[in-house]
Amino acid sequence: MATEPIDAEMAGACVGPNGSAIGMPQLCADWVGNQVVWLVLALVAIYFVLDRVALPRIQAILAERQGTITSDLAKAEELKAEADEAEKAYEKALADARVEAQKIADETRAEIRGQVEEAQAKADAEIAAKTAESEKQIAEIRASALSNVEVVAKDTAEALVAALGLSADKAALDAAVDKRIEG
Amino acid sequence: MEGDLAHIGAGLAAIGSGAAAIGVGNVAGNYLAGALRNPSAAASQTATLFIGIAFAEALGIFAFLVSLLLMFAV
Amino acid sequence: MAETTGAANGAEAAHGEGGGLVFHPMDQFIVKPLFGSAGDPVGWLTVTNVTLWIALAVLCVIALMVLGTSGRGIVPGRVQSVAELAYGFVYKMVEDVSGRDGVKYFPYIMTLFMFIVFANFLGLIPMAFTTTSHFAVTVVLALAVFLTVTALGFIKHGTKFLQLFWVSSAPLALRPVLAVIEVISYFVRPVSHSIRLAGNLMAGHAVIKVFAGFAAIAAVSPLSVVAITAMYGLEILVAFIQAYVFTILTCVYLKDALHPHH
Repeated sequence: MATEPIDAEMAGACVGPNGSAIGMPQLCADWVGNQVVWLVLALVAIYFVLDRVALPRIQAILAERQGTITSDLAKAEELKAEADEAEKAYEKALADARVEAQKIADETRAEIRGQVEEAQAKADAEIAAKTAESEKQIAEIRASALSNVEVVAKDTAEALVAALGLSADKAALDAAVDKRIEG
Repeated sequence: MEGDLAHIGAGLAAIGSGAAAIGVGNVAGNYLAGALRNPSAAASQTATLFIGIAFAEALGIFAFLVSLLLMFAV
Repeated sequence: MAETTGAANGAEAAHGEGGGLVFHPMDQFIVKPLFGSAGDPVGWLTVTNVTLWIALAVLCVIALMVLGTSGRGIVPGRVQSVAELAYGFVYKMVEDVSGRDGVKYFPYIMTLFMFIVFANFLGLIPMAFTTTSHFAVTVVLALAVFLTVTALGFIKHGTKFLQLFWVSSAPLALRPVLAVIEVISYFVRPVSHSIRLAGNLMAGHAVIKVFAGFAAIAAVSPLSVVAITAMYGLEILVAFIQAYVFTILTCVYLKDALHPHH
């Protein structure tokens, strides 16, 4: 920090001839006035700049931000309420749809069941009819079979008698066969 | 001769700076001890901490100033 | 220096240039005119290095607080958030320490804080002049606080302000003694208030200079550089803490003026 040597008579009381401080520069009375003047000017300048411009501006910025945050929060609250409502509506719609679906399903099921029952009834009836017819046919067949058996038995008996070399009366043979079959 | 005595005096006065260091350490240490015991109250007392440190240190600065005055102004 | 009559003067001896260590720890505090040759007499309105660095501090304050906030962003930029941080920091300090009615004096305290903090930090630039290391500066600051606060106390409370010195919670017999101590401590306030600030900065800067002087010895110069770095870090801390302490003490004094009852 030492500057170039200067003339002793040029230097004030606080700076030595070699440019070094004599004693503490802080205690040099020669410089006090200068410092005080510039300091006071600086403080006044800072005070006016801060008081008139900077601080109101920052205050306004902070207040505006606070306002924005508050309104944003309110808006968010509103949106949340809306979202809640929408969710509720959605859930309601979902529940309605579910009920509707249930109803449709039940109806369909009932209908199908009706159709099925109807078809079943029809089928049952058909089956019953067929069964009856079949039984009738079977009965007929059995009846015809029985009569055939009778005829066969009489013919057989006649043939047997003939084969044995006997001759028999046709009526007596028939009566004997009938008697055997019934017996 | 007078200057030599002043230098000795300056050295003696500088001891005060060390004493101030003890004081500041005391303040900060006790603050820390208290803060660890009750951390929730610590934040509210930082201002007090700094005021305490400032007062403790001011006396050390006085000693330092006396030392400087003896060195340079006597 | 060779022809001067030995090392008669202690101060001269400290500045001896005849070989070995050379310490000029106080030379950084010399006030000199910016224009003209060094050693010109310094008048009241001479433009000196003091003027330069005070003006720089003012410009920095304006740059931060006015230009930095000119965007008026709802989402602050970098500079604006620093300005808002400073605002909030001092505002909260005033509110917490001085009470709600102290907020009225917030611009004054903000002025002090912004000036001191910038003067301190500008002083940390190498080769800079630290304005706040001069008692002339800090005494003006402290006296401004002291006189304002005292006047404010008397204006607000009249003679009741003197209750500040009358500790009504103490036993009656002790009160006169305490009153004397309180009065003395009250008048020591501006002294300690100013010397704390100037002394801290002067001490730090002078110590750095002393370490720098040791760098001339090759063997210890690395240590010296390390020590300077460490001191510089400490000084950054001190620059802020002293501004903070000055401001918070101003708030405390303001509180005493506004609420003198113990």
